[in-house]
Amino acid sequence: MNLLVCISHVPDTTAKINFDAAGTALDATGVQFVINPYDEFSLTKALHLKEAHGGSITVINVGGPETEPTLRKALAIGADQAIRINATPTDAITVAKELKNHIAANAYDLILCGQESIDYNGQQVPAMLAALLNLPFVNACVDLTIDGSAATATGEIDGGHSTYAGALPMVIGGKKGLVEEKDLRIPNMRGIMTARSKPLQVLEATENDAATRAAKFVKPAAKSAVKLVDSVDELVHLLHNEAKAI
Amino acid sequence: MSIIVFVEDWNNQFKKASFEAVSYAKSWAELAGTTVTAVTSSGAADPAALAAYGADRVLTTTLAATPFGMAQQLATITEGSAGMVIAGTSLGRSIAPALAALSGGALSTNTTGTPSSVSPVTVERGAFSSKGIETIELIGGLPMVSFVPNSVGIQERAGEGLVENLDATGTDLLSITEQSIASGKVALPEAEVVVSAGRGLKGPENWTMIEELAAILGAATACSKPVSDIGWRPHSEHVGQTGIQVNPNLYIAIGISGAIQHLAGVSASKTIVVVNTDAEAPFFKAADYGIVGDAFEVVPQLVNAMRAFKAGQ
Repeated sequence: MNLLVCISHVPDTTAKINFDAAGTALDATGVQFVINPYDEFSLTKALHLKEAHGGSITVINVGGPETEPTLRKALAIGADQAIRINATPTDAITVAKELKNHIAANAYDLILCGQESIDYNGQQVPAMLAALLNLPFVNACVDLTIDGSAATATGEIDGGHSTYAGALPMVIGGKKGLVEEKDLRIPNMRGIMTARSKPLQVLEATENDAATRAAKFVKPAAKSAVKLVDSVDELVHLLHNEAKAI
Repeated sequence: MSIIVFVEDWNNQFKKASFEAVSYAKSWAELAGTTVTAVTSSGAADPAALAAYGADRVLTTTLAATPFGMAQQLATITEGSAGMVIAGTSLGRSIAPALAALSGGALSTNTTGTPSSVSPVTVERGAFSSKGIETIELIGGLPMVSFVPNSVGIQERAGEGLVENLDATGTDLLSITEQSIASGKVALPEAEVVVSAGRGLKGPENWTMIEELAAILGAATACSKPVSDIGWRPHSEHVGQTGIQVNPNLYIAIGISGAIQHLAGVSASKTIVVVNTDAEAPFFKAADYGIVGDAFEVVPQLVNAMRAFKAGQ
């Protein structure tokens, strides 16, 4: 199988988020970047599929040179080659179009994304990509089985699950459940060493037509101090009369 | 040049988020000086009911089975319109980006407010897992908004409510082989009250009191990431950064320490109550009300107090 895993380079889950003085972009000072957690489930699923069916795993990112360590980490975890489309995209449709251009010119059997990235939380790129390519798409995917050129995929829907059947190629928006948390792999020393010699190709961007513009970023207002109460009766009283939450 | 709103139904009944979507569209349309056109399934039980929330026209159509097929149908309807609104339910989150790609839309997802301006359309949305609020301008193409359910609320404002049937073509690229929704339970992303518990409960057998409290409050149950990872509760209940993000009116967290990843999924909740034995638990910093105490003592008391309160209403 020719597998493509789309990787986002995002601030670490525990990172403190600050914005630049103008309030128009993330202040990356002191921020550790990681593989987007949702993408890790998709990358591990790709490793499982390669182990079961053979083939090759390409990881791809649309970003500047600063994202290469994240791609190298994906190589260290087990991807075979990496592609960076050299751009600093400012919205999802730009990323989706760059990915589409690459995918349309290459024969991938399965395109695995994470359901969303934990930086801009758009949950847009995978569905846009599938629509641009006219390929089937399953979001919030928690189970995927491949049998020849057919796929069965289960996605979470509000309050339940929906299972779909379709033909490859297909686009998946993965999350926990696609593989389990305990199955996620961390790079070992051998992986890190071999990753250095795996190919990382840089392609030039072709799209430049953002549909949205980030005008301002602010941090949410700080919460006022917690009101500690001694009894459940007092809590019920406050929730009803003060917070009007019940 | 109407504002189009997609109105979701489940088993022919409108969802709460569907009325909120029409209310959202009405707020936008008032600012833009235009009308609201709702699009819904021809199976929907009472399309005229949408007039109460501001729908001027209601177009009913036989919807495709999958989000992509529906996005194709909507693309034929949104042509030439002033804007598009879709509730950010699981279905809406799959339709909206596909529609934006098909129709050249400028899409804001995870949106938390109605437009502050219409030239260009400007809205606020959550970013960086609720650690940031982004003001976004929809500049290139059909302005489209997918909003977080329960973030803007339902408002009753009359529209004309003319119902018409419409044929719209969409092609499903997948077939649905099975669909299951837990019956009798409140869906977590739409819940107004959420009762959530963590490792402090010591074992899955102790969730009975959590479910009891949730039932009294008409709440959805949820859990922390460690609890779903060890299999005490299903993944679908995991609230937090890599799980489900919720914004209920009331979030009650029991025996959850409040790791930053968990807070990212709940900080949009309007009121947060924390019950924890450890007075230093970081969750108290994000809470409105707290009880420092043992869940096994506090929760049964809370069950009784809430039951008495509900009985007295």
